Amino acid sequence: MGKKIGNAINRIGIPTFAVGALLLVLLIAAGALGQSIPTLISDILKRIGMNGVLVLAMLPAIKSGVGPNFALPIGIEGGLMAMIICMQFDFEGWGLIGAATLLCILFCSILGFLYGKLMNAVKGAEMTIATYSGFSMCAFFNILWLAIPFSNRKMGWMLGNGLRETIDMKKFGAKNIISDFLAFKIGKVTIPVGMILTLALLCFITWLFFQTKTGMAIYAGGQNPRFAEASGLNINRNRIIANVFSTILAGLGIILYSQGYGYTQLYNGPMNMAFPAVAAVLVGGATASKASIPNVLIGVCLFQGLMTTGMPVMNQIFTGTDLSDIMRIIIQNGVILYALTKVKSGGDR
Amino acid sequence: MNDGILEFINVGKEYSGHAVLKGINMDVRPGEIHALIGENGAGKSTLMNILFGMPVIHETGGFTGEVRVGGQNAKIMNPHDAMEQGIGMVHQEFMLIPGFSITENIKINREITRETLMSKFFGQRMELLDHKKMAGDARKALDIMGMDIEEYTKVEGLPVGHMQFVEIAREIDKTGIRFLVFDEPTAVLTESETEHLLDAIRKLAAQGIGIIFISHRLDEIIRVSDRVTILRDGEWVATEETKNITAAEIARLMVGRALTLDRTEGSRQISGEEILRVENLRVNMPGEEVKGVDLSVRKGEILGIGGLAGQGKLGIANGLMGMYPVKGKVTFKGEPLDVANNSETLKKGIAFLSEDRKGVGLLLSSPIDLNIAFSAMEVHGKFIKKVGPLSLTDRKEIRENAEKMAKELDIRCTSVAQNAGALSGGNQQKVCVGRALCLDPDLLLVSEPTRGIDIGAKKLILDLLKSLAEERGMTIVMTSSELAELRSICDRVLIICEGKVAGELSPTDSDEVYGLMMSGVSKEEAMKASGAVQGDSLQKGGAVNG
Ligand SMILES: Nc1ncnc2c1ncn2[C@@H]1O[C@H](COP(=O)(O)OP(=O)(O)OP(=O)(O)O)[C@@H](O)[C@H]1O
Ligand SMILES: [Mg+2]
Repeated sequence: MGKKIGNAINRIGIPTFAVGALLLVLLIAAGALGQSIPTLISDILKRIGMNGVLVLAMLPAIKSGVGPNFALPIGIEGGLMAMIICMQFDFEGWGLIGAATLLCILFCSILGFLYGKLMNAVKGAEMTIATYSGFSMCAFFNILWLAIPFSNRKMGWMLGNGLRETIDMKKFGAKNIISDFLAFKIGKVTIPVGMILTLALLCFITWLFFQTKTGMAIYAGGQNPRFAEASGLNINRNRIIANVFSTILAGLGIILYSQGYGYTQLYNGPMNMAFPAVAAVLVGGATASKASIPNVLIGVCLFQGLMTTGMPVMNQIFTGTDLSDIMRIIIQNGVILYALTKVKSGGDR
Repeated sequence: MNDGILEFINVGKEYSGHAVLKGINMDVRPGEIHALIGENGAGKSTLMNILFGMPVIHETGGFTGEVRVGGQNAKIMNPHDAMEQGIGMVHQEFMLIPGFSITENIKINREITRETLMSKFFGQRMELLDHKKMAGDARKALDIMGMDIEEYTKVEGLPVGHMQFVEIAREIDKTGIRFLVFDEPTAVLTESETEHLLDAIRKLAAQGIGIIFISHRLDEIIRVSDRVTILRDGEWVATEETKNITAAEIARLMVGRALTLDRTEGSRQISGEEILRVENLRVNMPGEEVKGVDLSVRKGEILGIGGLAGQGKLGIANGLMGMYPVKGKVTFKGEPLDVANNSETLKKGIAFLSEDRKGVGLLLSSPIDLNIAFSAMEVHGKFIKKVGPLSLTDRKEIRENAEKMAKELDIRCTSVAQNAGALSGGNQQKVCVGRALCLDPDLLLVSEPTRGIDIGAKKLILDLLKSLAEERGMTIVMTSSELAELRSICDRVLIICEGKVAGELSPTDSDEVYGLMMSGVSKEEAMKASGAVQGDSLQKGGAVNG
């Protein structure tokens, strides 16, 4: 009996199981403390929608053998730049989202291509180099935000030049525009249909991509490069394609995230967005060399569920102190750290 | 007395509900060489994995029954427990760390350390590695094997034969070893290397070490073992004193019918047309360097390439497929071929079955059906269905194709959706063969096609190669360490020595001539020494069936 349970846990994966159990405990605690469960669930759903695509961006990178995309900020900056440029030209509402999406794909393709070239040059040390190239890209864009003469008053500081730290999407009629699209309520729970559809669509596209000949080749190259080589595949080219794909998803992910959050966060905002996304996919049962769409979805649900439930529960337990925020940071980083320790590097060789 | 005896008591094992071992009883005495034999997938490696406490066993629900050492339940839960009990294992699939040197691989986890000032205060972890002493020990172990490669060479890129020796050297080097398991150690070795190994095994047994020896080569078992245990489909069939049993009887007990590898003259159509011409081929494959080979292959023939390990015979096919840096002029079907660009090579109709099935041959954590279809899909766009602008993989066709192959090649699996990593070693090899066949090549390069395959399946694969040549007119270049295999189907055999072609022999030449030529004696002298009628064989050259 004990053995059977042990086997089942092994199959689900220990991190997934541990985080799932913690989430369950927190949800029960929230209920017992008199929190509104429907509000909590609405929040969780919204945050899943906001973060899902950023987590999905891990998939192509992992499958291609590059490992989790720690350089997520690169794609995020590409997406932000696309949005800012469209805002500069006063695009609003759906026009803004549409134009930014197109521009984002263009920018992120270029950035992803260059990043892919870099990853091919540093085979074996991808994770570290990726993390630092993400950080460097943030620094570089910080300069751009200040140096490029954007002139739209809605984005600038009250005084002086350069862009604001956070830009209100409401001023461009784009706050919650996707979240509220077709949204409806079941009882008191709000279902953000627009976001869920977007996430589902991108998941489908990703899945479909990995059913194609190219996708299959990328996957084989990630699993066993020598095998792929012997089948006449160009592994470096495939890794670049995967990185471009991942970077584009990161860019689209930040557009989805920003509209849900209501603000575009510039400067150091993107810097630390890679870790939660990496943690989420690992919590979902992926490893550094293997990942699937279910890993992404399970991971984002568990991780965001934990973050969303954790906070109000902590608030209530530690009312009137600063402790709640500290606890939040401890939980968030604790889960990230835990998931990262579970990264098994290398393929099956 | 059961003093120091190793016993398996009623051992059983299931992999996800599928019983692969059923109530096995077996014992090994100190100083005895106990052979274990059975078809591919009979459960030999699984039984040994249980003995060695391998994680695959305990991650998949453990096993039933007991392993006893000296009459007591040994409770082996991991390889470390096994080592504590003095059990060592040479694995069928290598467990070496590529980036480490031979010495480091031999000494891993058992490093010899020297005291330092720091270590006096902080304990053993701060001691320095004694590289000199370690290298000395490694040298000693390598010498027992008669292996003259430098101990500081990196394991990465070593030919498989050498890796096998390193693996064995690591076990030999362990002190306090009481039982040693060899899981198909000779599968990757040539005949003379095998001799070295069998000698080493006898020496070890004479020191009182109990040896379990797994092999598909019956003659070795007869020669080296004291007792033999036969498994069939996870069940114990018999345990016999080797001196009371013959190879034919063992084979019959294993598969339920008698088998031999005799040469039967076929009806091949070998045209005079040259399909492949190789001039001054140089391949920089570590340990199997090719230093200027010229050869010519005619359409429809089966050309054998033989030679000792390390002489470069494996480098030829690997070089032609661009797996290693390569130079030279290659002409295929009258057109020049850029061998460095293997995607072009594959497209033009050359396929390659690598000798390194784990490293090059398989996607271990992908299903069998995908493994079989993969190359044909990427190279020729087979198994693809067009949906609008997308070329999607056709799962159904992939599945059906694999099922057909599994039947043809007798791949023993519960379903073709299983991961290739869950197959027994020999069945993995059959999956690789299946993949090469799906490419439907005009020229098939096969390296060690029957390595690790049981005698039943070996015959099946050799017959298949022969029928491909006879019925489809496929040209085949087969590289093999096994003379019997080369001689059973090839039309002519090139012997490679020191990276060059030493000469060409006919499959009907005597063992002696083969042996002499492989060790570097010129053809004339070899013929003279063996007293063969020289002219006859020379004339026949490559046209035995032509
Ligand atoms: N990890 C695994 N998961 C599921 N099934 C497995 C696994 N490993 C082995 N098997 C199955 O167990 C059976 C016995 O395999 P095993 O490797 O012990 O065979 P073997 O006798 O060593 O064969 P070979 O001569 O080919 O090496 C096979 O049917 C194989 O498919
Ligand atoms: Mg085996």
